[in-house]
Amino acid sequence: MSLTLDSIGLTRGAQTLLADISLTLERGSLNVLLGATLAGKTSLMRLMAGLDAPSSGKVLVEGRDVTGLPVQKRNVAMVYQQFINYPALSVYENIASPLRVAGLPANEIEARVKSAAALLRLEPYLQRKPLELSGGQQQRTAIARALVKRAELVLLDEPLANLDYKLREELREELPRIFAESGAIFVYATTEPSEALLLGGNTATLFQGRVTQFGPTAQVYRQPHDLVTAQVFSDPPLNTLSGTKQGGEVRLSTGQSVPATGAFTGVPDGAYTIGFRAHHLALDALPAPAIALQASVSVSEITGSESFVHLDVGEHRLIALVPGVRRLEPGASVTAWLDPARIFLFDAAGRLAATAPAKAA
Amino acid sequence: MAQITLDKLAHSYKPDPQGPQDYALREVDHVWRQGGAYALLGPSGCGKTTLLNIISGLVVPTRGRILFDDKDVTQLPTEARNIAQVFQFPVVYDTMTVRENLAFPLKNRGVPKAQIDVRVAEIAGLLDLTSALDRKASRLGADAKQKISLGRGLVRPDVAAILFDEPLTVIDPHLKWQLRSMLKELHRKLDLTMIYVTHDQTEALTFADTVVVMHDGGVVQTGTPEELFQHPAHTFVGHFIGSPGMNVLPCKVEGARANLAGQEIALVRHYPALAGKVELGIRPEYATLAPRGAGLPVRIARIDDIGRARIARIELDGLKLAASVPEGASFDGDQAALALQAGQIHIYSDGHLVKGQALPGGQP
Repeated sequence: MSLTLDSIGLTRGAQTLLADISLTLERGSLNVLLGATLAGKTSLMRLMAGLDAPSSGKVLVEGRDVTGLPVQKRNVAMVYQQFINYPALSVYENIASPLRVAGLPANEIEARVKSAAALLRLEPYLQRKPLELSGGQQQRTAIARALVKRAELVLLDEPLANLDYKLREELREELPRIFAESGAIFVYATTEPSEALLLGGNTATLFQGRVTQFGPTAQVYRQPHDLVTAQVFSDPPLNTLSGTKQGGEVRLSTGQSVPATGAFTGVPDGAYTIGFRAHHLALDALPAPAIALQASVSVSEITGSESFVHLDVGEHRLIALVPGVRRLEPGASVTAWLDPARIFLFDAAGRLAATAPAKAA
Repeated sequence: MAQITLDKLAHSYKPDPQGPQDYALREVDHVWRQGGAYALLGPSGCGKTTLLNIISGLVVPTRGRILFDDKDVTQLPTEARNIAQVFQFPVVYDTMTVRENLAFPLKNRGVPKAQIDVRVAEIAGLLDLTSALDRKASRLGADAKQKISLGRGLVRPDVAAILFDEPLTVIDPHLKWQLRSMLKELHRKLDLTMIYVTHDQTEALTFADTVVVMHDGGVVQTGTPEELFQHPAHTFVGHFIGSPGMNVLPCKVEGARANLAGQEIALVRHYPALAGKVELGIRPEYATLAPRGAGLPVRIARIDDIGRARIARIELDGLKLAASVPEGASFDGDQAALALQAGQIHIYSDGHLVKGQALPGGQP
């Protein structure tokens, strides 16, 4: 099936929760909803599921209008951040429960439970109770229950948020394979850009109730159409400076002037926001025409393999992600380097004006 | 303010513990220096919360002592220990203003009002809460509430230590960056002993000068982030630190050569005859995918694009591992080679790092 949201809006009293959302999700696709808390991810999922009805616009399944149809009449499964299982039932019975409700024959139930358990590597635990399992195994049980229904639409609302970092890493690695084998439409909400990148598929970036961009995940990451999308899809946060181009020169908000090279080459004169990701701000000198920024170290965070150096450049707080261990004292003066070919330029309205797509990643 | 000493601490939740398997916390000896920034890192169930609860006084250990400077506080309740705690979920009085929330721990202890005002203003300034001081806490977002929680932990100048229990878990990624760097600045300015408990390696490594890694009820390694990354003392540390973690592969070692999946690899250190399970550890950062013929023959299962880098999931004669893909490299089909930086290879025996002897001309 395909699921289409056509100019969806949702209001509660005077509050607008969702505005003007149009998306089509295809069968067998994985779709990430990426945005901060309260950006509208859960509201959007509830509309897709039929738990809530939109205030305006339509929800179509295979072109058929299902806008008012309640969740019970739709073939939908949901997985939440909290692990929800029946504590008194075994893992086997937890997975089987939607099939028992649907009245499937015993042999069919067994076959489906076994195949879902194999997919989620739960076979050794089928006779245990959920609370005897690790958090990761409990959430696998909930995902197996969602898959066993063979729902056409599976909605996962920050399913890994309550898991340990390493368990998250493991499940995240397995999810694309699990999704690919199922053939349903998957919708996966997360606040973390790195999670969207690891999952792949398509990503819709959400900001204040609007979808700012929708497309293949790597493409949205590398070619954001506007400043907001680039900000939503950057972790560490997107670094920004401002600059005004006049002829062959750009006057930066740091007070210095630099030649209008790189992304500045083809754009008209005017004011721009210069956006660049942390790993494109270097602390080792880059060759010309790199921009040299005089900075003062605020904090440096060292992970062992790389360092996040927080820098004050004029009024701006920037983060440089550099390889190796950089132990820099707070207050130290350093020069940070920026390759003008690795920046995004956004116009006064926040729309992308220019980038060097292959390089600005 | 105090130095905190854990002296042969161990704890079992069972009334009559028999062997080590009955202990949630196996014997721990550790000194938390006054003014240090520490992280206690490990997965759920590793014993880190038990240890935290012993330090704060919620749990009396089965064995061993806990000292604040030279004073034995093992039997003292939390109130008598002079410890501040910040939890995963903000603990804030919604009906009070931000100012009243911050002042509460001081007011409770009868600190004179003039002194309270000065300290509250100072902490609010550090946390960027000055403009919100007279707002009701209930009107603030989750991040501001967690800042108030942090502020209430920091406001008492006389605490022996501040314990943070997963303080940023419920905070959005963008705000984590701000709060984390704020915490580091606060640590520097306030000269307080901070112990930060988390399962998140990034938070632990970026916050702490010294990270204590726990696994299965015991401390497996204590070190700087750099030491944990470069020289994991245990395969668990290699796996747990790093994303993806270190590749740990079964191998045979003879002198200064390792045999990995039938392939001979020259090592830069010489090893004695090793007993038990012998494994080779190499971080994905030091295992690079290369064109066919330029190293060990491998099959590419898939290549993940994580934005600022690409990570290849590969197979070496059935062994799965992760490797770095150099910028701009492309591969025809699924056959490639794997190049290992010899100086970054570690050898483990039954999980523990074997030091070996440096060869003349080899890297340390």
